[in-house]
Amino acid sequence: MSQNPPLKTTPLCKAHEELGARMVPFAGWYMPIQYAGVVQEHLCVRDGVGIFDVSHMGEIDISGKDAKKFLQTLVTNDVEKLSERAILYTLMCYENGGVVDDLLVHRLAEDHYFLCVNASNADKDYQWVLDRARPFQVEARNIGAETVQLAIQGKHSEPLLQRLSDVPLDDIKYYHFKTGKIHRVDCIIARTGYTGEDGFEIYFNAEHAERVFGKLIEEGRDFSLQPIGLGARDTLRLEMGYALYGNEIGAGSSPLEAGLGWVIKLQKPAEFAGREALRRQKEAGLKRKLAGIKLLDRGVPRSHYRILREGHPVGEITSGTFSPSLNCGIAMCYVSSECAEKGTRLEVEIRSQRVPAEVVPLPFVPSRVKK
Amino acid sequence: MEVPKDLLYTEEHEWIRVKGNKGVIGITHFAQDRLGDVVFVELPQKGATVSQSKTFGVVESVKTVSDLYGPVGGAVTAVNQELESHPEQVNSDPYGKGWMIEVEISSAKELETLLSPEKYAERIKEETH
Repeated sequence: MSQNPPLKTTPLCKAHEELGARMVPFAGWYMPIQYAGVVQEHLCVRDGVGIFDVSHMGEIDISGKDAKKFLQTLVTNDVEKLSERAILYTLMCYENGGVVDDLLVHRLAEDHYFLCVNASNADKDYQWVLDRARPFQVEARNIGAETVQLAIQGKHSEPLLQRLSDVPLDDIKYYHFKTGKIHRVDCIIARTGYTGEDGFEIYFNAEHAERVFGKLIEEGRDFSLQPIGLGARDTLRLEMGYALYGNEIGAGSSPLEAGLGWVIKLQKPAEFAGREALRRQKEAGLKRKLAGIKLLDRGVPRSHYRILREGHPVGEITSGTFSPSLNCGIAMCYVSSECAEKGTRLEVEIRSQRVPAEVVPLPFVPSRVKK
Repeated sequence: MEVPKDLLYTEEHEWIRVKGNKGVIGITHFAQDRLGDVVFVELPQKGATVSQSKTFGVVESVKTVSDLYGPVGGAVTAVNQELESHPEQVNSDPYGKGWMIEVEISSAKELETLLSPEKYAERIKEETH
């Protein structure tokens, strides 16, 4: 029998335990799932500010003369349009159009980028990048282990972070970043996040993890900051209708069906993996679509529950939860395209019952990111 | 974790408070802590029959869904209707306002198979290690 490899820990593992976190295995990591409770943490981010240790996320540094040219063949979105210190949300696809991963590309310079990828895919992604980089003059380095990532999310994130930052933050636009010092530590300070609130994701060297995290927790007291676990990270992203790899997107499903056509630039000059397959899918028309549904009765929709329309199966839930902001069950699901129209009445099969639901536009909760 | 001395317990973390031939049933402090925020409790109707070790309902938290198992068999004589609008009482007061159903115990013998507070306390100690 093969043994599972030991779980990886972030440099903040001890700090989380001291803060009362419940730690669980997640994507090969030992991570905090919750501290005070999912609902309380969720509302803390919606109403004020919360801090997340997301150091399990992977980081890959890409540099060299061909860096841009290489990235143009690697990802589906158009890296050419990316200005200095801007960030691009994009996908890497297989030739059949399935998704290798979704990721952020940060442009440090014309010939220097760094990628932020999902924890569950980090090793696979790095290998994928290395394999595809061979014909190019680029160097790809896996810097995940030495990089700490913290997310500070919520309307008080800017005033809190500004106290410790040596650069002004108010002029960092959404999906842009600056390099600067936070509590005297060199950081990449990006205005991005996975919550739908204004906020930042900061990246810095792992050796400073406890010092920076501790200082943010301390200064955060004035803003009622709370540490937030992966449980609330999931309910927050779900309320925004953000895709999660392994749920809404994956190797076996179409990113067009997931509604991610906006990051797939079929017209860009560079040939990228998956382009032909995706072009064919688009021409043929989509048989199913990702839709958001809201339960009209009590109950909690969860992944893999069946969706019916007038008693006939029309799809399946990819992610579902109880929405702490809306106080009802919400879910994302793949349904036949004709059932994805706003207002369509559907039913969710929850155990032996069929609970009425309605297709609603995404996001479920209005985004408050600073555009 | 609070384990009141006047209750009996199941391996699946339900408790029962016996008064005469009636028993009030809920889930333990340990159970609610493991589940996290309870958002929905599905319970049988008054008059329904529940059986020992068989599911009689479902408790849903934000994170997960869990079956409820009958500590004993019997007819349901009362249901905590307040949990419909305030499921969070299962978290805040699992042995009080978070009670779920009351049953008329059909066989007192079944009570003998349940865990004493001491045994249950040991049981959850094992699970936390």
